[in-house]
Amino acid sequence: MMDFVNIFLSDSFWAASLRIATPLIFGVLGALLCERSGVLNLGIEGIFVVGAMTGWMAVWLGAGLWGGVVVAALSGALFGLFHGILTVIFGLSQHVSGLGITLFGTSVASFTYRTALPQVSSPPRIEPFRALDIPILSDLPFIGPVLFQQTAMTWLALFLVAIVWWMMEKTALGVAIKAVGDNPDAVNAQGLSVIKLRMGSVIAGSALMALGGAFLTMSAFDAFFFGMVNGRGWICIALVIFASWQPGKALMGALLFGMFDALQVRLQTQAGAIIPGQIFLMAPYVLSIIALVIVARKADYPRALLTPWFKGQR
Amino acid sequence: MIQITQKENQSRWVSLGIPIVAAVLSLLLAAIPLAFTGASIPDAYVQMINGVFGSLFNFTEMLTRATPLIFTGLAAAIAFRAKLWNIGAEGQLYLGAMAAVWVGTGMVDGPPILMIPLVLAAGAIAGGLGMLGPALLKTRFGADEVVTSLLLNFIILIFLQMMLEGPLKDPMGLGWPQSEPIIDNAILPQLITRMRLHAGFILALGTAVVAYVILAMTVWGFKVRAVGENAAAARHAGIAVNKTYLAVAMASGALAGIAGVSEVAGLKGYLTADLSPGFGYTGIVVAMLAGLSPLGVIAASLFVASVFVGADSMSRAIGVSSFIADLIVSMSLICVLLGGFFARFNLRWDRNKGGGS
Repeated sequence: MMDFVNIFLSDSFWAASLRIATPLIFGVLGALLCERSGVLNLGIEGIFVVGAMTGWMAVWLGAGLWGGVVVAALSGALFGLFHGILTVIFGLSQHVSGLGITLFGTSVASFTYRTALPQVSSPPRIEPFRALDIPILSDLPFIGPVLFQQTAMTWLALFLVAIVWWMMEKTALGVAIKAVGDNPDAVNAQGLSVIKLRMGSVIAGSALMALGGAFLTMSAFDAFFFGMVNGRGWICIALVIFASWQPGKALMGALLFGMFDALQVRLQTQAGAIIPGQIFLMAPYVLSIIALVIVARKADYPRALLTPWFKGQR
Repeated sequence: MIQITQKENQSRWVSLGIPIVAAVLSLLLAAIPLAFTGASIPDAYVQMINGVFGSLFNFTEMLTRATPLIFTGLAAAIAFRAKLWNIGAEGQLYLGAMAAVWVGTGMVDGPPILMIPLVLAAGAIAGGLGMLGPALLKTRFGADEVVTSLLLNFIILIFLQMMLEGPLKDPMGLGWPQSEPIIDNAILPQLITRMRLHAGFILALGTAVVAYVILAMTVWGFKVRAVGENAAAARHAGIAVNKTYLAVAMASGALAGIAGVSEVAGLKGYLTADLSPGFGYTGIVVAMLAGLSPLGVIAASLFVASVFVGADSMSRAIGVSSFIADLIVSMSLICVLLGGFFARFNLRWDRNKGGGS
């Protein structure tokens, strides 16, 4: 029992929670933006893989770490454009298109990686983002390791939460995006372009998703592995419902998730002898399902989610 | 602006032609990634065709590969018909395989006439229960079955590893995480000597026909289609929508579970954690290529299996990454989705931008 308390008192636990939460923060923000505009993006899992691969590859080819971040975001945006064309412009099934994007993105990324690096047995490594080392702040007890020894990408994620919150709540654009996800006809009647708003949201949201993938290869690890995304994208789709499509709650959801994941790793090392480790490995996925079930009944879905909109029809 | 208008009617030939065009198009589009590898493109296609039609062995290998895809394709097709998004066929496949191994490795013994139906039933029940969970969460709590069935895949895969390192582990397996072999009486018989093609293929064909008859000609099939087309209207018409969802979930999961039984008792003989290279997910592509028609699933499975087997052989011959197969299959899904659009709508470029609406 004392061990359990000690976990929560250790700075490494809280630092790990935030680190684990980071890719999810990117992903949930991306999913939030897409869904707020009325478009479910099940391409997220594949876009994570694309971002992880392209970001890493750009750095490996010498683009520099921030160059890699830009490349990842742009490649995510490209797949978002693709999903947008299929679902927004052509009004095709968002479920099927999204799954198609996930399969396509995953196979394009894997094929490109394998073709560029055919003969490697151990994946080549890059020099990833280092922990920030801010004078004084990083040396503060507790707060220092938890907040100020994270990598720049974690800070980017936190910064983006603020940006997305500000945009959604304080700008006309945010109001328009939310409106287009609830009642596109009304938005159209006001002379705004439903298509442009939705396309923009899906493209920007997909770029954010790709950053979640890029965090894995450029910050959490230093190489690309097949299967490394491992359902993180899908977890974001559950978390965005849990977060009621609100950026602040999305951050809380991702952090809560990060805490549980960090906790399961630590409990696993303590209870490993008694309980099979796999029970703990299942925990993140089980938790996502439980979270979803808890909020499902009162979840306030964007009312036009999944509904395509055509100009001049209906 | 582009004006989109719905076509008046859609001929049967068009809906039959779309998947064929999509399949051919995805094969042609493969030339683009092939060009990046520096391989000779004609050579690559020849190797692919050879890999499927080059010998009787190659051809039966393709049919062997198509077998689980028919089951998972049917699993997706039936669920999607009712607009129940079962994305968890991969996990249900492993549940089926685990159940088959559980009852089929010596727990009971009997003649093949009893043992084979027993392992099939065990797998079907396990797979069916695997999808019943997400369906109950949907009907009871309104939890989106897309997310729950997807996440269950990961949970089941971890559970499988736990079982293969624990209760299902073969003590004679030299420490490898694999199950004991299925007993001889529960093995699905080979169809042709010295070929790996097994009775699971015949069972798959039969199942597709049965699924077609049930969906097209029975009251239950009608209910499934009605729920899929408009759940609210179906409820209004007195159809027990939630009950239909649960039944569809059981049927869909059972089909995916049988895919697992067929692989473990027909092909591999014992269970490992890499039994399925994503058959559950590929089943979704198969179902979409088939236009959610059970008989179409057969044709679509043969195509997808040909791509995988052909690409494997091409990969071995000229060193192109076998991920090319996943690329072709995913492109075929997107092509068929687009094809469905062009069959239903007319696109017209409208010059006066302000007009319309």
